[in-house]
Amino acid sequence: MALPGEKGWATYFVVLTDARYAESMVNTLLLSLAVTAVTLVLGGAVGVYLARRRFAGRRLLLAVLTLPLSFPGVIVGFFVILLGGRQGLVPSIGASLGLSGLTFAYGLLGLFLAYVYFSLPRAIATYTAAAEAMDVQLEEAARALGASRLRITRDVWLPQLAPTAVATGAILFATAMGAFGTAFTLASQYEVVPITIYNEFTNYANFALAASLSIALGLVTWAVLFAARVTVGAAGTA
Amino acid sequence: MRATAQPPAPLLFAVTLVVALFMVVPILVSVMAGLVVNYSSGLKSGLTLRWLAQVWETYGDTVAASLLIAAGSVFATVVLGVPCAYMLARNRSRAARAFEEVLTLPVAVPGLATALALILVYGQMASFRQSFAFILVGHIVFTLPFMVRTVSAAFERGDLVALEEAARTLGASFPQRFLGVLVPAVFPAIVAGCLMVFTLSIGEFNLTWMLRTPLTRTLPVGLADSYASMRIEVGSAYTLVFLAVVLPALWALQTLAAAMQKRYGT
Amino acid sequence: MELERTRIEIVDCAKTYADGTRGLKPTTLTVEPGEVLALLGPSGCGKTTLLRLLAGLEAADPGGRILFGDQDVTARPVEKRNVGMVFQSYALFPQMTVEANIGYGLKVRGVAEAERRRAVGELVDLVRLNGLESKRPAELSGGQRQRVALARAVAVRPRVLLLDEPLAALDAKLKESLRDELAELLRRLGITAVHVTHDQHEAFAIADRLAVMHGGSIVQVGRAETLYRAPTHAFVADFLGRVNRLERDADALARGVVKIGGVEWSCPSRSSDGGVLVRPEDVQLGPHRPDWALATVRHRTFLGERIHLRVEADGQSSLLADVPPDSPFRVGDTVGVWVAPERLIAAMETAA
Repeated sequence: MALPGEKGWATYFVVLTDARYAESMVNTLLLSLAVTAVTLVLGGAVGVYLARRRFAGRRLLLAVLTLPLSFPGVIVGFFVILLGGRQGLVPSIGASLGLSGLTFAYGLLGLFLAYVYFSLPRAIATYTAAAEAMDVQLEEAARALGASRLRITRDVWLPQLAPTAVATGAILFATAMGAFGTAFTLASQYEVVPITIYNEFTNYANFALAASLSIALGLVTWAVLFAARVTVGAAGTA
Repeated sequence: MRATAQPPAPLLFAVTLVVALFMVVPILVSVMAGLVVNYSSGLKSGLTLRWLAQVWETYGDTVAASLLIAAGSVFATVVLGVPCAYMLARNRSRAARAFEEVLTLPVAVPGLATALALILVYGQMASFRQSFAFILVGHIVFTLPFMVRTVSAAFERGDLVALEEAARTLGASFPQRFLGVLVPAVFPAIVAGCLMVFTLSIGEFNLTWMLRTPLTRTLPVGLADSYASMRIEVGSAYTLVFLAVVLPALWALQTLAAAMQKRYGT
Repeated sequence: MELERTRIEIVDCAKTYADGTRGLKPTTLTVEPGEVLALLGPSGCGKTTLLRLLAGLEAADPGGRILFGDQDVTARPVEKRNVGMVFQSYALFPQMTVEANIGYGLKVRGVAEAERRRAVGELVDLVRLNGLESKRPAELSGGQRQRVALARAVAVRPRVLLLDEPLAALDAKLKESLRDELAELLRRLGITAVHVTHDQHEAFAIADRLAVMHGGSIVQVGRAETLYRAPTHAFVADFLGRVNRLERDADALARGVVKIGGVEWSCPSRSSDGGVLVRPEDVQLGPHRPDWALATVRHRTFLGERIHLRVEADGQSSLLADVPPDSPFRVGDTVGVWVAPERLIAAMETAA
């Protein structure tokens, strides 16, 4: 797939040797891990809450919450610009209240919020399905034995939802690592590897470097997933 | 699973409320922004359809392009993916496992990398490289694993093995029972797979952006272009067009899936 | 409906699986034309393996032969064997109606639509599914699905009918009523059938002969009453109904008697391990008299149409007695115990 460039094999290790690319990889890794963690917690809370309650408009709410699964990342980037860009809603409201500097779209916060936005629908969808499939009788048994909400969450829900959490977390992590459109739209100062790859390919026509960075990205993603699989002992990605 | 009377959970409720608002508000703001005269002034500046008109003029062709590619992806993944899924479900050999790993590579590998691979391999074939067929091939490569995995899980179910044996005892040859018994039995899984493939294809950007040329633009590609070069109201109007295309399609497919479920059981 | 009556001969068929486990030891068995034979045994005994060999869904180890009538079908794949099979889960095609399911085998054989419709109609009458022809399996009850599965298997006029635990998926009350219906239907069809089950009452009700299986081989074959009254293996005695065990020491064996509760009962036949078996319903209780053993009632369970009493007699472990509900004995009472000599079972061999 990838052809070694003029520098030959050295190209493959550029990620480890060149500070700029290493920094980009670390950025991407930290962002993806943070997004995965936050999304799993929030998505889990929503999934568990909605799974067993029935109220008017529940199906509509679930449909709306999972709708963004079909959005390309660029739309999510655009949403962040709409809300937090130079002409954004939040800075406008802030300005009218006398607060300045509320433009968050182009920094790490904007990127982070965007990534969480496109990750939540997947987490909510899988958690709702898993929570619906949870055995109610286990929870009822715990309640009959006098367990508090906290204990039930810890001893009944979490173990049953653990496999889902691991599988979903793996998908979220891999998606975040490889996400391009969102960062592209935001033209973020926080550089992630997919943007670096794109720049190398388009602006400098450095195919070999782009290819090797892609492989490096794939390897790092796989390594983190592998470590997670081994630690948890679960069956890996869904 | 019956919904038992649930004790109130104020913390979960609060989180759900915040998340729901977080997800919904941007969509509403975006819709509003596409219909107002001036975003900075907001609703005070009045409503207009001129941005929608502008979008249709500049980017109208991308709607048809995306829909056709999505439909093409669905068709191709069904024709290619269902037999593949059956083969993988029945064949337990090492070669089959290896084939499965290769097939699902585009899922693990970022879209960019897959695009690079396709360009490096086929870039020399100029006429192919510059056509929509190239983009379609990219979409198929990306979405095929999703169809195969969904359908192969359905083929592996125990009761399907019994169905196939029953058909065999009644004398059905392989083509007869594949088309007459097996495929209809996994139909709900196929429909779910189609829904997934359609959704993925319509929203696919990473791969398509790398493979595109100025003449082969899909909807997401057009969106990125408009966000970068047009005013915010035009970008919002275009987003509105996207929603207007995607929502009915999703709704239709989901209704179909629910009807299949009801008719045939799980 | 006229169906062919084929004799089935299984000669030296064994099955070893890819991982080395022996599903079936070399087995020889004949099923008479028009007979219903039950393969009865606990799970893992090889009964389902044998059925699948007959169907052609598994291949027997080299050296085994299967004949339908005069034809050697050992090498024929299932599609060409023309067997009718009813699966445990029924395996009804979910997207087809009852009519389409029943007619599927005929459709596959290229039978013309008019003829197909006629045949399906005849079968729908036979299994009494009139009015349900256009329903899908998901809309039917368990009993109705079972009848569709049966009709579908029979529609192609198979030479042999194979049933894999056909009543296992039903609840108790339904099982009983369907059991009798199935027995009646098989008798009317007159087809040669092999029926796998772990439920002895099902086997008793439906089959003409039973083959009790254990650990991969057939232990005893015969009519139900023969197996019940004269089991040749302790396993058969224990599997069919309940059984009490009376021990004999060297002296009792030498003199051909059973020592119990102060008396000696004559029992000249010998089993390989010396024990003697007695069915609970053959244990008679009454006031103590000469030649009757002396025992004390230890436990009493009221079961509606019967009462179970546990009695303890000198020299033996406790016996279970199955007595009519008007039996007056209570816990702590002293009773006399008697077993008719012909009801003392000396099983020839213990189970392998």
